[in-house]
Amino acid sequence: MDSAVQTINNLTIGFTSQKGERISILKNISTTIKKGETVGIVGESGSGKSTLALAMMGYVKHGLYTISGECIFHSNNLLGMQNKELENIRGRKIAMIPQNAGQSLTPNLKIGYQIDEALRLHTDLKKEDRDKKISELLNKVRLPSPEIMAQRYPHELSGGQQQRVAVAMALAGNPELLLLDEPTTGLDVTTQAHVLELLNFIAKDTGTSMVYVSHDLGAIAQVSDRVIVMYSGEIVLDGPVRSILKNPIHPYTFGLLKSIPKLTSPGLPDSMSGSQPQPGTVKLGCSFYERCNLAEDKCKTNSPDLEFIENLNTSVRCFKYEDLIDFKETKSDNVKSTNNNILDNEILDISKVSISYAKQKFLEQLFNKIDDTNPTVQDINININKGETLALVGESGSGKSTILKSIAGLLKTKDGIIKFDKDKVLSNDLKTRDPGFLRAIQLIFQNPDESLNPNHTVEEIVSQPLRLYFGLKGDELKQKIIEVLEKVRLGEFYLTRYPRQLSGGEKQRVAVARAFAAKPDIILCDEVTSALDVSVQAAVLNLLQELKEDFGTTYIFVSHDLAVVRAISDRVAVLYQGRLCEIGPSKNVYQLPSHPYTEVLLGAVLEPDPDVKPKLVAEDIVEEKPPEQGCSFQGRCPRILGDICKNVVPPWQIGENGNSIRCHIKVEDLKKQQNVN
Amino acid sequence: MLLLVLKRILLGFITLFIVSLITFSGVEVLPGDACTTYLEREAYGAALEACYERLGLNTPAHERYISWAAGVLQGDFGYSLSGEMRINDVLGPRVKNSMVLASASILIGIPIALLLGIITALWRDKLPDIIISTVTIFSMTIPEFISATLLILIVAIWLEWLPGIVIVPTGASISELLPNIILPVIAISMIMTAHMARMVRSSVIQVMASDYVQMAILKGVPYWKMVFKHVLPNALLPAINVVALTIAWLLGGVVVTEVVFNYPGLGRLVIESISNRDLPVVQALAIILASIYVSINLIADLMTLMLNPRLKSLQIKK
Ligand SMILES: Nc1ncnc2c1ncn2[C@@H]1O[C@H](COP(=O)(O)OP(=O)(O)OP(=O)(O)O)[C@@H](O)[C@H]1O
Ligand code: SF4
Ligand code: SF4
Ligand SMILES: [Mg+2]
Repeated sequence: MDSAVQTINNLTIGFTSQKGERISILKNISTTIKKGETVGIVGESGSGKSTLALAMMGYVKHGLYTISGECIFHSNNLLGMQNKELENIRGRKIAMIPQNAGQSLTPNLKIGYQIDEALRLHTDLKKEDRDKKISELLNKVRLPSPEIMAQRYPHELSGGQQQRVAVAMALAGNPELLLLDEPTTGLDVTTQAHVLELLNFIAKDTGTSMVYVSHDLGAIAQVSDRVIVMYSGEIVLDGPVRSILKNPIHPYTFGLLKSIPKLTSPGLPDSMSGSQPQPGTVKLGCSFYERCNLAEDKCKTNSPDLEFIENLNTSVRCFKYEDLIDFKETKSDNVKSTNNNILDNEILDISKVSISYAKQKFLEQLFNKIDDTNPTVQDINININKGETLALVGESGSGKSTILKSIAGLLKTKDGIIKFDKDKVLSNDLKTRDPGFLRAIQLIFQNPDESLNPNHTVEEIVSQPLRLYFGLKGDELKQKIIEVLEKVRLGEFYLTRYPRQLSGGEKQRVAVARAFAAKPDIILCDEVTSALDVSVQAAVLNLLQELKEDFGTTYIFVSHDLAVVRAISDRVAVLYQGRLCEIGPSKNVYQLPSHPYTEVLLGAVLEPDPDVKPKLVAEDIVEEKPPEQGCSFQGRCPRILGDICKNVVPPWQIGENGNSIRCHIKVEDLKKQQNVN
Repeated sequence: MLLLVLKRILLGFITLFIVSLITFSGVEVLPGDACTTYLEREAYGAALEACYERLGLNTPAHERYISWAAGVLQGDFGYSLSGEMRINDVLGPRVKNSMVLASASILIGIPIALLLGIITALWRDKLPDIIISTVTIFSMTIPEFISATLLILIVAIWLEWLPGIVIVPTGASISELLPNIILPVIAISMIMTAHMARMVRSSVIQVMASDYVQMAILKGVPYWKMVFKHVLPNALLPAINVVALTIAWLLGGVVVTEVVFNYPGLGRLVIESISNRDLPVVQALAIILASIYVSINLIADLMTLMLNPRLKSLQIKK
């Protein structure tokens, strides 16, 4: 059990900068992967996780090179091998499961061919045996009807299915070591939980060692035996999963864990200030110094070594880890409750709204009607009070962004009315909408890279709404821009920067600043934190909350992450296939009884705690279209009653604690059934 | 899928119709007409009347357009002015000559372009790439009339290996043409190959950097197999349209090169007929060139559609 599969010694990988400086992005990495062990590697974006995982296959990306050190696999250094030798190891003894399977499968080759290729390269099987093996592998990763799947092209599969194909391909050569780079990032919560469960099963079944790279501590907690935490190209902590996640003895890991919102405790998580230093900028001292709460003068000039602590079986890189060993977290630490001043004053009333993406036929265009009996979004009734934060949750394809776009006027509604400030009907069409309403409703998008014009400076970006809505000019404009930037904690210093010169968190702050510059009444936030690392996410969430408390803004917050939603929202609406399933105050939605879909979603949430396992109650099939009639969730519902669910749209019921549930099962019965398991 | 093809063909015809309308009305609004050009000083009185009568120019414009278009649809472009020859007889040998020149350039240029593009991409930033890229960028930047003139100067005048200008009659047979076209083909291929090689290079480099190629490497696929199975099919797909445009450009006559080498192809005919104000021929050329562009692009789009599994299944689903 204890024999090593791969040993990494003093590995340093870097590149030569344009100024000719040699810059390391992995610094002196040493660790050992044992047989049958699953090691999780966590760290924020840019910490060097992927570079390390690739080095374990003897692969160094174009532009980078090995400065020193070695990766020993069966007493050979992978980094010193010829391509010919590596070809016999890659895919056969060490296999990789990539981050984005959709982009990692060759688009012009069928799934079956791509698996067959691995089999032909790494086994001596004959054609018929290989065909059998392909079906077997596809079965093992639980893909339905393997023969049909094998004939498909990658783009004909859903994200979860593509990821499974990648797993099947990696297993083709019976590898001793499996490297997984963010294998579930970008998948829906339920799909993610299913893929992780599959990986756990495979690890047990085949005894393969795994290295699991992720920025998501929740996923790491579910699969790993041991966790390596990386920061700025260094290992800062390396030890057993339980002790690392329950009692982290490095200040960075400590802060990281605290910045994760948790289902069990409402309120905003603490955020860490600052961001990870760019490679090559820290020459002296501890790389975490700038952000560390425990830092002292010594840390500024001396860099700590990775020290092995015998009794904890843990290695740590910090002078003051002892302070954290006996640190007992008091419960209140992580809870900063949101304190919203919700007025009894309706600001937005969405009633009976349906939205269709169907193309209008000629006649329908004439009469400005859309004839679609099964629209993407149907029958949405929500009203929102001033100062409230309402969250829309659901998996991809549930119509969250569609609804936001309609409120913003970017998409026409098919039926229904959206009223602003009690009685002002918002026009269906952006062109005929009153400019005052345009100012009053602002949108912040998921990906700041796409929503900020790369050719505009921060100053130009923030000045747009100020000029457009308030006609500001000259000094007055400049003053206001600085004021707005300071609100999002970016100073004057940033005025002349371009988006590409900002970090992910900073970009999102600029997007927030632009939205607030319009002095809006309502801000629509579309997955605003999903592209961000947890520590940055916590900072953005806290910022949004503070701004809201200052300005009394109303938020509609779309997210697929139930823990984030719990942290920030007052009320939650759960959507499946464009139909509302459940709506109510957040604390009640997160309690029993729940709509069966809410139950599925909650069960799939991954807590950063190895002792809390997700409950998988429903299959993670993707449905292309909502069902023509009956309950929208019938296709996947684990509690389905039969014909009534298939034919009749379920009624709204009020649960005992005030949340509305749309299901044919009586709420009392739901509660009884859910309490059992 | 079939519907899509039909739609594209219809669209092609509409384009051609518009082109014909534009050229016809362009010719119509210009001062002077075929007869005044033809008769020059004698363009008055009975002679002019007789000419109008003969060419049917005294009927209203729309009637003339219709009878002209009907003729074109049956493959008859009417009469040219200068020699009073049937335009078909004027065009026929020219089309053939241009085809010979184009096919020779395509047969030589495209394989070389693909090869150079792939080599430079695979040996990116290494010696082969540096040498080939320098040469291709260089030959891309010299205008064709300079390279053509230089070729004549060096190969024909100094070395006296090949004839400098083409002195065969317009109706020469292919075997008579062949030795004469060597220099024009080199001149054309140089610039065409350079452009295409750059295109292929950047397309291959882009695919080489993709996640799926990295995955294939990590799967242990041997290098050349990876190149042929995973890289080239995906990298060359976008090249189809560029190749098509190049072919259309070649078939339409390479004006400058043909003039420099005195080659009797379509390109030179364009120049000649414009300077002779031979309007019926200009009209005929416009239609022919437009149909070449339309049909080649149509073929290219259909090929892309057939070869790209992504688009193919998208169409089938619809
Ligand atoms: N070819 C390259 N040339 C120069 N620097 C690079 C190159 N590739 C990566 N880097 C830098 O190396 C550092 C580590 O990159 P790496 O991809 O390993 O990070 P990561 O931890 O996997 O991040 P993520 O979570 O975003 O995937 C980053 O600062 C990145 O900008
Ligand atoms: S060495 Fe100092 S600065 Fe670095 S993590 Fe420890 S306490 Fe913080
Ligand atoms: S109505 Fe039926 S199908 Fe829908 S959620 Fe309730 S039990 Fe499930
Ligand atoms: Mg990565």
